[in-house]
Amino acid sequence: MKTKSSFRDALSEALISAGSELESMVVLTPDLAKSVRIMDFRNKFPERFINTGISEADMIGVAAGLTTTGLIPVVVGFSMFVAEKPFEQIRNIIAYPNLNIKIIATHSGICVGRDGATHQAIEDMAIMRVLPNFTVLAAADAQETKAAIKAALQHHGPVYLRLGRDEAVPIYDDDKEFIIGKSDRLQEGNDIALIACGIMVNNAMDAAKQLRQEGINARVINAYSIKPLDEAAVIAAAKETGAIVTIEDHLRVGGLGSAVAELLVKSCPIPMETIGVDDMFGESGSSNELFKKYGLTVENIMQSSRKVLQRKIYAKKREC
Amino acid sequence: MQRSESVRKEAKFIPKGESVRKEAKYMIFQEAEIELLNDKAKQIRRDIVEMIYKVQSGHIGGSLSIVEILVSLYYECMNINPDNPVWEDRDRFVLSKGHTAPALYAILSDRGFYPREYLLTSFRRIDSKLQGHPDMKKTPGVDMTSGSLGIGLSAACGMALGARIKNKPFRVYTIIGDGETNEGQIWEAASTAAHYKLDHLTAFVDCNKLQNDGDTKDIKEMEPMKDKWQAFGWNALEIDGHNIHQVLEAISSAWKCHGKPTVIICRTVKGRGVSFMENSITFHGSSPNDEQFKQAMKELT
Repeated sequence: MKTKSSFRDALSEALISAGSELESMVVLTPDLAKSVRIMDFRNKFPERFINTGISEADMIGVAAGLTTTGLIPVVVGFSMFVAEKPFEQIRNIIAYPNLNIKIIATHSGICVGRDGATHQAIEDMAIMRVLPNFTVLAAADAQETKAAIKAALQHHGPVYLRLGRDEAVPIYDDDKEFIIGKSDRLQEGNDIALIACGIMVNNAMDAAKQLRQEGINARVINAYSIKPLDEAAVIAAAKETGAIVTIEDHLRVGGLGSAVAELLVKSCPIPMETIGVDDMFGESGSSNELFKKYGLTVENIMQSSRKVLQRKIYAKKREC
Repeated sequence: MQRSESVRKEAKFIPKGESVRKEAKYMIFQEAEIELLNDKAKQIRRDIVEMIYKVQSGHIGGSLSIVEILVSLYYECMNINPDNPVWEDRDRFVLSKGHTAPALYAILSDRGFYPREYLLTSFRRIDSKLQGHPDMKKTPGVDMTSGSLGIGLSAACGMALGARIKNKPFRVYTIIGDGETNEGQIWEAASTAAHYKLDHLTAFVDCNKLQNDGDTKDIKEMEPMKDKWQAFGWNALEIDGHNIHQVLEAISSAWKCHGKPTVIICRTVKGRGVSFMENSITFHGSSPNDEQFKQAMKELT
């Protein structure tokens, strides 16, 4: 098994690297520098580091003001506090005026674990995705985190990047190419498509391995760009496999599954299942315990895959 | 621009470009100059009433209470260039109480950012540059989108921090409503400004004593306003917000204050200048009818 690597270490490294290249980049955090491990950035570029204290709404306003002087603010913190708490501020003075701000959110999803429901942002993709002008991205591992930060900074406009809390099994080597609006086909297959994002990409890969043992060839797509979605890849997957399962560490509604369904319903409606947290909040526990209790395991993907494959057979029969 | 030029020529007190700040430290105000600015305020009030009357929509009372502050800033103090609204060294202004956009729009038009005809026929109408609340992407001269209360002071802090990071000489001004100080974010931002010693930031609190649902003291008492800002680490001044002499003196004193942001608590009258609108909660968000419009314009001549 591959050694896991940390989202936050990758974040720290990527910010320092970007900060060295980009003089106009300023990092802001609401008293979470230690928790998201960006102290190295602060030590290296103290004049371009702003800790607003535990004042998230104010932090978003400050970031908006900074852009008017030609700076590129990068807001870093937990999803719950950099996306959900100051949502209205983000809506009105970042998304609406289309300002060039990057929000990098760690601790996204139920993977947060023992801190419990108050800190588990399971709605973040839903609320960020509905904002006009916003780009919504998710990274599956440390390498993809670095590539995503680079791509976000090259893009002009507001970006929300979603990261997991701690460590992830590596999916990519050093040469991960991150293109907003694209996706990666990590495994070929024409029986079913597993479309995942963030830390759930690894579960999708594991499920695909198990499916192969059952003689089912699953295509695995890492849909790292949730908005804009790689529509061509999703439609191709629908047409070529005829069965889709989406997997995300997020509510079943509003996130990747919804984005895929919204697209397919108008372009290529096929049997589809979604994996995510049901209409409820999380609780304290280890990440693995929570994944099990809230239905985000490899076994859950297997079950949904079998179910959608059954539906695919019925759908074909109906066509006949 | 043209009209403002003529005022400048007559009075010789509106310095251009860089000279603003140097001369400002020694601003001495002649009565005749103040009189001209008072006339300008009256003209801006007429435009505010007319633009709101014509579209039958907009916040008139709170627009009329900030006219002297805006006239002082835009004709006397701020370093701006209407020919280049995005000039990067310009002084910045954030109308945190964004619903009183008519006052700002009238001033910007008069300073030459767009014609007066456009002002009077476009406000709050479809396809317009003059939105119901200020829009930095649509209106030349508007430095920050606002309208959702409580956000503007934070944005002003960001601008002031940006000036420091980029080593730019500009100053940042903002106007907050007294009702708006109900917002917790105002006090978050007040702490940020004091913590970062943003002495190139000046905030005005337009204390017109009324907010949407009634008297500020009945909705949520925020007095003693000056004590609160002082406790938050600001250089706090208190003036009659309709006395241009006092407004200018206060700005001048803000320029001289180092190491602290300055807040100028302006005691004002909502609906100022039109007898039946003064201190009237009705004219927070209602527009004048034909008869009221005629009467208002008569009083403002």
